[in-house]
Amino acid sequence: MSLIALSAGFLPLLDSVLLVLAREKGFAAAEGLDLHLVKESSWANIRDRAALGHFDFAQMLAPMPIAATLGLNPLSVPMITPMMLGLGNNGVTVSAELWGRMADAGAPTTLEAGPVGAALAKVVRAAERKLRFGVVHQTSSHNYELRYWLMASGVVPDRDIEIVVLPPPLLPEALGSGGIDGYCVGEPWNTVGVKTAGAHIATVKASIWRSSPDKVIGMRAHWAEANSEIVAGLIRAVHHAAVWCGESANHAEIADIMAAPHYLGLPAERILPALSGQFDIGGGVAARVPEHFVPYAGAANFPWTSHAAWFYSQMVRWGEVEHTADRARAAAMTFRPDIYRSALAPLGVPMPVADSKVEGLLARPTEVAATTGMLVLGADGFFDGVRFDPDQVEAYLAAQRVG
Amino acid sequence: MPLQDLAILVIDENRIRASIIEDGLREAGHARVTVVNEINEVARVIEGDMPDVVVIDLENPNRDRLEHFFTLSRALRKPIAMFVDRSDAAAIEAAVEAGVSAYVVDGLKKERVKPILDMAVSRFNAFARLTRELEQARSELEDRKVIDQAKAILNRTRGLGEAAAYALLRKTAMNQNRRIVDIAQSLVTADSLLGPEE
Repeated sequence: MSLIALSAGFLPLLDSVLLVLAREKGFAAAEGLDLHLVKESSWANIRDRAALGHFDFAQMLAPMPIAATLGLNPLSVPMITPMMLGLGNNGVTVSAELWGRMADAGAPTTLEAGPVGAALAKVVRAAERKLRFGVVHQTSSHNYELRYWLMASGVVPDRDIEIVVLPPPLLPEALGSGGIDGYCVGEPWNTVGVKTAGAHIATVKASIWRSSPDKVIGMRAHWAEANSEIVAGLIRAVHHAAVWCGESANHAEIADIMAAPHYLGLPAERILPALSGQFDIGGGVAARVPEHFVPYAGAANFPWTSHAAWFYSQMVRWGEVEHTADRARAAAMTFRPDIYRSALAPLGVPMPVADSKVEGLLARPTEVAATTGMLVLGADGFFDGVRFDPDQVEAYLAAQRVG
Repeated sequence: MPLQDLAILVIDENRIRASIIEDGLREAGHARVTVVNEINEVARVIEGDMPDVVVIDLENPNRDRLEHFFTLSRALRKPIAMFVDRSDAAAIEAAVEAGVSAYVVDGLKKERVKPILDMAVSRFNAFARLTRELEQARSELEDRKVIDQAKAILNRTRGLGEAAAYALLRKTAMNQNRRIVDIAQSLVTADSLLGPEE
């Protein structure tokens, strides 16, 4: 049987790992798919080439398919997300100089978003110039989470602090050369900053918004509809890759695979920390972040429509789109748990019973009834304790209004 | 305003390609062309003279940064159209194939911008062809050097003349179903490993 060729774009980031493993460990071939992975140089290229059909699908920033569906960027076509590429996996890294001042202001080396943010707020208030932070894209989880963390810590983005966009591989260098004071990016670029620019990891996504998604599989809605069997096969292939990636015994092999020049092109030891959760956060301080990157456990690949709703709420918050009930619905429906469910039902994979959840209800990992058997969901919600109820978006927006 | 009054910004880290595009635009009568090789300069340029059309290579990792500049820029509050016109699939396709992208101030008429993009696409393609040919010439030259070295080794170690040495390399390559240059390279490597230490 000949394989069906599928082409997908990705950026050199660790969370392309599930796509890479689907190809390299034969999970895609087992589903009859010949997966071609194309390394791209910008999210803009990924967005445009996915929209034009050069790619059948792509690794995308979680908010990208939503922005495309809402028509927020050029060449917008309706996109969907049938599956997440794991939870967590980004962090906030600051220059040695800024970390020194934050430590003086009481920042602990525990990576806890609350106290670290409070220390940063003190530094910002005392700073003689506006600090500048980098993110990888405007419609990125990095941008929204960094802004959320800053606001909840008493720092108003744009007014108190400048946020600029830079490609991931250039961030550590920009930090080293003084162009920026900090950045929010996926691994391995926090670790690279520590190793090559003397930087310090200040906090992590796993602390700002627990059990939250970062990268997704994005594809054109029309293509997905016309190729539902292929999409189901792809979901199963990536599911098997995710299960395999979640086994700690495989981490060393995964780091070796990702180290290849056509994937990350970095030494394996720069890649391992994100997989193992054992970090050198700078200045010789070691930190363990067990939930740093969750490829499979806790329904990590399940596209909760409530996650889409939260990204939408932040697009409204930062003035990228004006809220209407229709837009809110369209945004939430960009994530497609129905497609995920039907692809994996034959495998008996335990899945959440609901498509949506209130962020902030689970204070600790909790065993819940699943479609088959039980499922342990990780602790969720935001570090400031404010809940997000996807059925109360308007009240949430009103409470968040800037200025 | 006449066509020539459009302000065009060319962003390309490849200086040679950038100047080829610039020449093309000037030949077509565009006087207001700015070339930027370093993305860091873009913010300053945009503050000064807001371009109507921006041409950028697709390999540039700073496209995301550039788009962010645009959304921040007061002059470009309105969303920008890309690839001239999203309904013109063939033009978009040609541009992406060539590796170039264009940003256009919203509201600018398609027929005014089309010639600029077409020119950029053809110059990008010409540049790619030129680069390919140069690469080929360079690698042929490298190949010849390695083969000459291998022939010299055979001459030194087995007393073979130039023609006989080449014949031996060719025969070995054919027998092993490999390229002559690969056989020659193996020989040169082996010789450097086995030869007397310097």
